[in-house]
Amino acid sequence: MSLIRFFKTIFMIDFLTGLIMAIKEIFKPKKTINYPFEKGSISPRARGEHALRRYPNGEERCIACKLCEAVCPAQAITIESSEREDGSRKTTRYDIDMLKCIYCGLCEQSCPVDAIVQGPNFEFATETREELYYNKEKLLENGDRWENILAANINADSSHR
Amino acid sequence: MAELFIFFEQIYRILFLLIPVLVSVAMIVWLDRRVWAFVQKRRGPNVVGPFGLFQTLADALKYIFKEIIIPASANKIIFILAPIVTMTLALIAWAVIPFSETFVLADINVGILYLFAVSSLGVYGIIMGGWASNSKYPFLGAIRSAAQMVSYEVSIGVIIINVLLCVGSLNLSDIVLAQKDLWFVIPLFPMFIIFFISALAETNRPPFDLPEAEAELVAGYQTEYSGMMYAMFWLGEYANILLMCAMGSILFLGGWLSPIDLFPFNAIPAPIWLILKILFLFILFALIKAIVPRYRYDQLMKLGWKIFLPFSLIYVVLTASFLMYFDLLPGN
Repeated sequence: MSLIRFFKTIFMIDFLTGLIMAIKEIFKPKKTINYPFEKGSISPRARGEHALRRYPNGEERCIACKLCEAVCPAQAITIESSEREDGSRKTTRYDIDMLKCIYCGLCEQSCPVDAIVQGPNFEFATETREELYYNKEKLLENGDRWENILAANINADSSHR
Repeated sequence: MAELFIFFEQIYRILFLLIPVLVSVAMIVWLDRRVWAFVQKRRGPNVVGPFGLFQTLADALKYIFKEIIIPASANKIIFILAPIVTMTLALIAWAVIPFSETFVLADINVGILYLFAVSSLGVYGIIMGGWASNSKYPFLGAIRSAAQMVSYEVSIGVIIINVLLCVGSLNLSDIVLAQKDLWFVIPLFPMFIIFFISALAETNRPPFDLPEAEAELVAGYQTEYSGMMYAMFWLGEYANILLMCAMGSILFLGGWLSPIDLFPFNAIPAPIWLILKILFLFILFALIKAIVPRYRYDQLMKLGWKIFLPFSLIYVVLTASFLMYFDLLPGN
């Protein structure tokens, strides 16, 4: 053990340097946010809770092509379709099991009409499992609720698609 | 009738001491987490109550409602007794702590010995918990803890001898009054440092938290505990830390005495000074928790037996010779 090292150990120089540094760090601005009260920014590409969008005239976008059902790697999507009175093909059932879903975003990418999208909402925890089996009404309601943000996000990301 | 009156008066005095101690233990847990978070540039608990002050009370409430699980192969009586022992021993030591010249619950002549004995008994709570759990991690944690606490008590004992040489009395109030002119932290500074580090080891605080080294031993002796029993271990641990801080401030930092005997300082009530000194030491405890990595077990033992013990023994000889040579021995 060299002499310098010996005196460093005896007078705990390294320890005191660390202590002073720790005291300095206390007064620096915090790196974390007050989460439930303030929230961090979210990318337009964020893959959160699903939503089914409508056209501005109120018509559902989904044409029941079932591409999302086919591409879903977790097989979380179940679709049944039939012909409506006006001859258009529409879904009669559109279920997403949010517990199976891995939030990969493939359904959003595969959709030819931007109907199924993943919105910025990631705070949809529930108290029972049943509440996370989303059906068509729930997804359409989500779409109506988040439409402004969803449209803006798709627009912001459109140049990269 | 007179006896009854004295009985109730004593009960009242005990509660008057015990309730503030328990409340300050809750506050100190909050302070610990807060300082720790601030050093790491986090915010720490700040939601429950003003600045998150009631976080510990909320945690305690949660623990009360949790189920107490007793392992099937555990020794039930000792398993239940262990947290009670830890908590009780951590609290009864407060009886001899002098908060001012007049405010001390039990002004006994061997106060420091009582304090030393009670803090040594603290190891029983831990080893009982570890043994009664009948599980490997708690047992390993308890063995480590027993070895660690016994080793560091030896050096704490020798350090206390240093102070006693300068005072000539085992009474805690006398120890404080002997520091009227000069706090012992100045002549016995190396001893203060060693006492502080030994106190860290004695209370199983980082960097000596080997008994509950979570990377190796899950949670050490607390692994099998849940609910209120875990909370009692936890409160006992923090009460012990507070006690060690109180012991440090009485032995070295002049207890309830103000730093200088001048007007604005000596007008502040004596207990406030003691509380401020305890807080100062505790904030150091908390800062150290944030900055140092955990010691390896052999390093811990080496530090205790090969460095601290010989050094404090040499210092005893030095102090004794100094006092003898300059004829400063108390009582002369």
